[in-house]
Amino acid sequence: MSLQESVARTQSSLKEQPWRLFASQISILVRNEVRRNLFTRRRIWVYLLALIPVFFLILRYVLDKGTSPSQLEDDTFLLAGITFQLYYIRLGIFFACMGIFTWLFRGEMVERTLHYQFLVPVRREVLVVGKFLAGAVVSIALFEAAVFACFFLVYIRLGSAGRSYVFDGPGLGQLGSYFLVTALACLGYGAVFLALSLLFKNPIIPGVMLMGWEAVAPIFPSWAQHLSVTFYLKHLCPVKLPVEGAMAIFTIVAEPVSPFIAVFGLLCLTLAILVLSCFLIRRLEVTYTAE
Amino acid sequence: MTPDARQIVFDNVSKFYGEVLGVNKVNFSLEPGITSLVGPNGSGKTTLMNLLTGLIKPSHGAIYVLGLTPQQPIEFFRQVGYCTQFDSFPPGTNGYDFIYWPLRLHGFGHDQATKLTNEALERAGMAQVARRKVAGYSKGMRQRIRLAQAIAHHPSVLVLDEPLNGLDPMARAESIGLFGAIAKQGMHVIISSHILEEVDRISDRVVLMSSGYVVAEGQIKEVRREVRDHPMQILVRCSNPAALASAAFELDHVVEAKILSDGQSVLVRTRDAEQFSLLLNKIVSAGLVEVDAVAPADDDVNSIYQYLIGSDGSPT
Repeated sequence: MSLQESVARTQSSLKEQPWRLFASQISILVRNEVRRNLFTRRRIWVYLLALIPVFFLILRYVLDKGTSPSQLEDDTFLLAGITFQLYYIRLGIFFACMGIFTWLFRGEMVERTLHYQFLVPVRREVLVVGKFLAGAVVSIALFEAAVFACFFLVYIRLGSAGRSYVFDGPGLGQLGSYFLVTALACLGYGAVFLALSLLFKNPIIPGVMLMGWEAVAPIFPSWAQHLSVTFYLKHLCPVKLPVEGAMAIFTIVAEPVSPFIAVFGLLCLTLAILVLSCFLIRRLEVTYTAE
Repeated sequence: MTPDARQIVFDNVSKFYGEVLGVNKVNFSLEPGITSLVGPNGSGKTTLMNLLTGLIKPSHGAIYVLGLTPQQPIEFFRQVGYCTQFDSFPPGTNGYDFIYWPLRLHGFGHDQATKLTNEALERAGMAQVARRKVAGYSKGMRQRIRLAQAIAHHPSVLVLDEPLNGLDPMARAESIGLFGAIAKQGMHVIISSHILEEVDRISDRVVLMSSGYVVAEGQIKEVRREVRDHPMQILVRCSNPAALASAAFELDHVVEAKILSDGQSVLVRTRDAEQFSLLLNKIVSAGLVEVDAVAPADDDVNSIYQYLIGSDGSPT
């Protein structure tokens, strides 16, 4: 069989199995985007953003070995409040997702390479899904590794009390919840930033506005709070922080909902934003001169 | 116009960037073969190609390529290969990957994509340097690797935006040969170029563009007929150009008679070539001048282009 005939045969067989083709295209897009986004010097600042708390906890581990009976509770609140809720949820994951997900399409516009993606037989919706999944893989892998490192450094410092808390107490369950919240935060923020990058030439300003919205959403009516990513994440955080005292400023006050509703709600919000992105990408034109 | 499975159809297509005109009211259909888009910078050639391949969308009208539109990307981009003018590449890519991965997105398996990649690299003369980073390529090599990518999946329609730019004479000749070979397989090859002589030589038809409008379209000779009202240029190489120019000026239909810088030729612009030939015969018979050569100077795209657009079409 000649190459020409074999090409025609492959094209004809793929026509009959579009879902197989979509799956294969998504896996190739994810692979290429992950290589492009994860293993590149351009992403060093994202690594730093993820690892800042890890550096501080390593310093603390090296410099302060002392433990007291109340240390376990204090360190658990430190991990849940300052490290996780304040730093990772409100700052680290937020800004890293802004960098990773807005660059997926806008970066290709800036580098004038987006046309290569639009000139292959890939539906633009598939392109959105593939790029989104690539961004999700990168951000989730990076931040879950960082959260795990923080968790490990906090409890290993406490010696046998820490080991007992992790393996015989609620520690492992909390770690699982941290992983879940981290993954959902990456998906939620990622979807929002992907859509913003398709809506605006410079998504930084709307990104900052989004940050403001996430901060003030709890004071808005219940229906409006459902449009905030942190609204859902708050209910999945494993450690309830004291709402009085110093820790109060790190907590996110929101109307209570069940964990199931929180996970389902955030996934629905993510899906709705991705559908919007699919709509936007269909209208996108490659006009680099406007960049 | 109705879509035809063999034709490329532009049906009253306009594109505006805000208030700026890209192209306006473009209507034509193309049969397989080599079609050249000719026009100065800003005339709308790239806009037309970007519209054709769906990179931009028409403000009005519709475009059909072999009965398909870019809104059917899977079927459409299996049939279409576009070598754009954008001289940019995904960061860190090498020549081989630049061709291989898009083929995988087409749905080809590893073995088939490898074969097609190697074949495209061979055809574009890039096999030896395929594993080098594209960032280290010369301009000509970058041009050829883009061409290789555009032809790798055996498209039925090949769109090439200024494909000869940056190529050395040898590579240019090879590329032209490649375009010809592709067109002979019954494919559409659409080329935009400023190098009019080369386009003229390889084209089956030409689309002349100016300021966003198609000013003429068809086979080169047909286009020439379209502009019959315009004076024709005849180059006469003779022993006494001054005498010939003087005699020519006495005829009503002669618009211009210019003695060229070599001092041995006259370029005559006339509305009636037959009458001018009769005059030339008379002068020669009378022994006033000895004629070495007579040749039409405008039966090529460059001249037609000059008539229609008021410029010589040289690169700007």
